Amino acid sequence: MLELENVHVYYGAIHALQGISFRVDEGEIVTLIGSNGAGKSTTLKTISGLLRPKEGRMTYLGKDLTAVGAPDIVKLKLSHVPEGRRVFANMTVRENLDLGAYQRRDAKGIKKDMAHVFELFPRLEERQAQVAGTLSGGEQQMLAIGRAIMSQPKLLLLDEPSMGLAPILTRQIFDIIRAISQEGTTILLVEQNARMALSVADRAYVLETGRIALSGDAGELMNSPEVSKAYLGGR
Amino acid sequence: MRWEKNLILLAAAGVFFVLTSILAGRGLISRFVLLTMTQVCIYIILALGLNLITGFTGQLSIGHAGFMSIGAYGAGFIMKTFDVQAGPTLIFFIPFALIFGVLVAAAFGVLLGLPTLRLRGDYLAIATIGFGEIVRIVLLNTKALGGASGMPLKQFVGWGAAYWLMLLSVVLIYNFVNSSHGRACIAIRENEIAAETMGINTTKYKVMAFAIGAGLAGLAGGIYANHMYMIQPSTFNFLKSFEILVMVVLGGLGSITGCILGAIVMTVMNNALGIFPEIRMIIVSVLLVTMMIFRPNGLMGTTELRLPFRRGPFGTKGDMTNGG
Repeated sequence: MLELENVHVYYGAIHALQGISFRVDEGEIVTLIGSNGAGKSTTLKTISGLLRPKEGRMTYLGKDLTAVGAPDIVKLKLSHVPEGRRVFANMTVRENLDLGAYQRRDAKGIKKDMAHVFELFPRLEERQAQVAGTLSGGEQQMLAIGRAIMSQPKLLLLDEPSMGLAPILTRQIFDIIRAISQEGTTILLVEQNARMALSVADRAYVLETGRIALSGDAGELMNSPEVSKAYLGGR
Repeated sequence: MRWEKNLILLAAAGVFFVLTSILAGRGLISRFVLLTMTQVCIYIILALGLNLITGFTGQLSIGHAGFMSIGAYGAGFIMKTFDVQAGPTLIFFIPFALIFGVLVAAAFGVLLGLPTLRLRGDYLAIATIGFGEIVRIVLLNTKALGGASGMPLKQFVGWGAAYWLMLLSVVLIYNFVNSSHGRACIAIRENEIAAETMGINTTKYKVMAFAIGAGLAGLAGGIYANHMYMIQPSTFNFLKSFEILVMVVLGGLGSITGCILGAIVMTVMNNALGIFPEIRMIIVSVLLVTMMIFRPNGLMGTTELRLPFRRGPFGTKGDMTNGG
């Protein structure tokens, strides 16, 4: 579904991604784990068109992504939930969700998807008239995910959905991620919380300073001594 | 329901216009007051344009007088070149001159909008100040447009035209802000990265906001040129840009009724205090400081003044313009 081949990204002189290659197949949950500054968020931003690769190929559903701008990438049903939630703080929950459907014109389908989002996140329905900036961190994360679902993504990029959340909320969010995946949406998940990420994912890639250091089945990586030592706090 | 409200509003606007015209005709409204009212209209158009750029789209611009002067000189240039005299040809030439001014100003708006793709916040503000000054200095040194001594013109646009053009601008901005384009602009102000991940073409909307805002400033400039007998580069200096920004901030960034209120308050105050030129700036400054202490978001914040209808046209369902 999505394939990156030898992608290089620079921030000015800084070589952030140094030739990354990986793929995500339809229906999978794939996770990218790694420490701070490894290039996880950069990878997602590059896929969704916020950053441009200097070198390398990215294909999504057979299309060359490097030639498509960010607004058109959303049209290709690829949606990005950026790090730190980034809800529109002064708008209501409902308006945030409306903006998620910004590129759609089918009022009926939008209404249906809105109902679906409220089904996934009953909390949001209760608070639909509330200004998003006053929601708790967990609710804002739910809103950010709900907003992305409003664009009917086939592939959903999630950047650190557990950031700054209490363990119980993190678990809730991951349950939702699983539910979204079961509905047929493919998910590429970036996480600091490697244990959580590996428990929900099918496959995983470990990023280290702009390179893929390890890859494999999520369950296997969970038990591998390198990952366990570096990211899971094992002995 | 909706068009009924609009009809009532239009009727109210008409009644107000007829009333002022009759009173002015009988000399019950002095020429000074009528001039102030015309200036209020000009400043409302300016403030509406800047509010779209700075208030709704969140791009700080302090070069609005530059666009105004482009519109003023554009319209003046047409009037001069065709040597327009009073008479029936005015019906053609006035709209032509005004539209020409609007288009030239809007084109420069696009030109200035393009660097906003790279500049943000303070840096953009500096670039726009630079733009305003460049325009002023170019005009100052262009002999064909009168140079420093300015361009003398006739008064062909009076209170009536200014009033209706102001209302037209309000309707335009109101509809734009409440369309999906307007929502896109507000989303950019709220969070640019999030807006981009929603599939909003941030480049397009930033340039569009600049083009429309500049076009309105051009319209205001054209009215000004054809009302004030004389345009000079020194009128459109940095202070003028700043004055317009103050109106928008005073009224509330992101509020249409707010910036209208701001324009009225500032213009009336400026003219009323004209008799004490020494202390005028002091009073204005004190007022601004007090305002910013007690109402840091401006008179209206981002909310709109609602008319006493059940749901007034200046407040919408799920009002996206609401909130701090």
